[in-house]
Amino acid sequence: MSDARRPPAPHANAETQRFWEAAKEHRLLYGLCAMCRQPHYYPRCICPHCFSDATQWMQACGEGEVYTYSIMHRSATGPYVIAYVTLTEGPRILTNLVDCDPDHIKIGSPVKLIWKDTDGDGTPPLPFFTLT
Amino acid sequence: MNIRGKAYIMGAFEHPTRKAPDKSSAQLHAESAKGALADSGLTKEDIDGYFCAGDAPGGAMSMADYMGLRRLRHLDGTDVGGSSYILHVGHAAEAIATGKCSIALITLAGRPLTDAAGSGARGGTFGARPEEAFESPYGGTTHNQYAMCAMRHMHQYGTTSEQLAWIKVAASHHAQHNPNAVLRNVVTVDDVLASPMIATPLHRLDCCVVTDGGGALIVTRPEVAKQLKRPKVKVLGAAEAMKGPFGGYGLDLTVSAAALSGPRAFDEAGVKPADIKYVSIYDSFTITVLMQIEDLGFCVKGHGGRFVADGNLISGTGKLPFNTDGGGLCNNHPSNRGGITKVIEAVRQLRGEAHPRVQVRDCDLALAHGTGGSLGTRHAGATLILERE
Repeated sequence: MSDARRPPAPHANAETQRFWEAAKEHRLLYGLCAMCRQPHYYPRCICPHCFSDATQWMQACGEGEVYTYSIMHRSATGPYVIAYVTLTEGPRILTNLVDCDPDHIKIGSPVKLIWKDTDGDGTPPLPFFTLT
Repeated sequence: MNIRGKAYIMGAFEHPTRKAPDKSSAQLHAESAKGALADSGLTKEDIDGYFCAGDAPGGAMSMADYMGLRRLRHLDGTDVGGSSYILHVGHAAEAIATGKCSIALITLAGRPLTDAAGSGARGGTFGARPEEAFESPYGGTTHNQYAMCAMRHMHQYGTTSEQLAWIKVAASHHAQHNPNAVLRNVVTVDDVLASPMIATPLHRLDCCVVTDGGGALIVTRPEVAKQLKRPKVKVLGAAEAMKGPFGGYGLDLTVSAAALSGPRAFDEAGVKPADIKYVSIYDSFTITVLMQIEDLGFCVKGHGGRFVADGNLISGTGKLPFNTDGGGLCNNHPSNRGGITKVIEAVRQLRGEAHPRVQVRDCDLALAHGTGGSLGTRHAGATLILERE
């Protein structure tokens, strides 16, 4: 399993700045709506469920399980694993499963959050997951 | 108010090219438009409505100018990926029904093979997307996003790679009769399973082809249709829907937007899935076909694997003949967008002009459905129900 791909730095904007600042502290934030109490990811200022603007930034515990995945073989930099992980808090998030043997991955496998640096100095890291 | 019977597809043309290094994309649009006009018996000066999507170089204005469409009263550049052109037929019928135009032209064309845009590239025409920073770093491509749907479907319903392979096998049985098809060899389930793994669980032969090409359609109001010499293909029902992760909470990758658009289209048409004689089903990948067949109501949700197996999609022997031109899996996928060819083959079937070896007997009712965008993230579904008159 190659992790040679060094991901490009994410582009923050006024709405997502706070997410990427937290990422620098290795804290994964998701959105939780104070009105409908439903979580969402990626985080937005307006709740995608009830359209309230009473969304809050919450910190995920960093644990979850594999909802689905695929081992991508059609890649110039070697195979990699794309996946949706169901966070303990509820949202399913698109990510890569890294630092683990792809053959050991199953739907339902427990996973935990790890951070990987991105290109550039002082750029925010990106959240990934690995098998626990 | 509905569009049932208020518009007819009177012209259809599939560009014969599969690799066009000597032509521009705009030229392919215009050649496709010429072909559809010739088929219908109308001329460019008759066109007062124009529909195109993200593949149109410069968009609707540039293409309308390039082709010299001087009499336009209605323009629609809605882009929902490969399903755009199926949606456009519905939009054209709406515009015609409300008197906004009488004769609509829809075009699609592009050169992904020549331009080496390859397949699987996302974005481009869509600008800065709000999800960009949260998704792009993870190497999502069309292949692996659809593969994740297949993986989950297998997990949830016991669907197998062999069952998915039957979809390609059926397409190849049809493509052998299409001289323009890129892949004309009949393949077996074993051939599909032996092809290289692209993104687990999808093999190379689970994926559609990459080709240049194009196509165009002419949609008219009933009074115009009556005066033309071609067989009349009536628009009975049309519907569209969009499905995304919507924040990821409750995300279900085993269901497509067809589950929403399908029932609406059937309702408008006043028919049921069991009435349909022929289907054109978007086939970017085998899993795309399987999920759409389930979601459109041709079988119980989760039973798609069993339904498509054993040649059930092959014309002449199966219960639900599909993509008798060979579809995106074998024939072509112009501009990485297969929507227009889905409508074109449905029109051929209803006119009785499909290849004799794949022509469905007494084909009076057909359905075309497309999925645009990515089934694994956000996508649109467009359903169209057509009747021979």
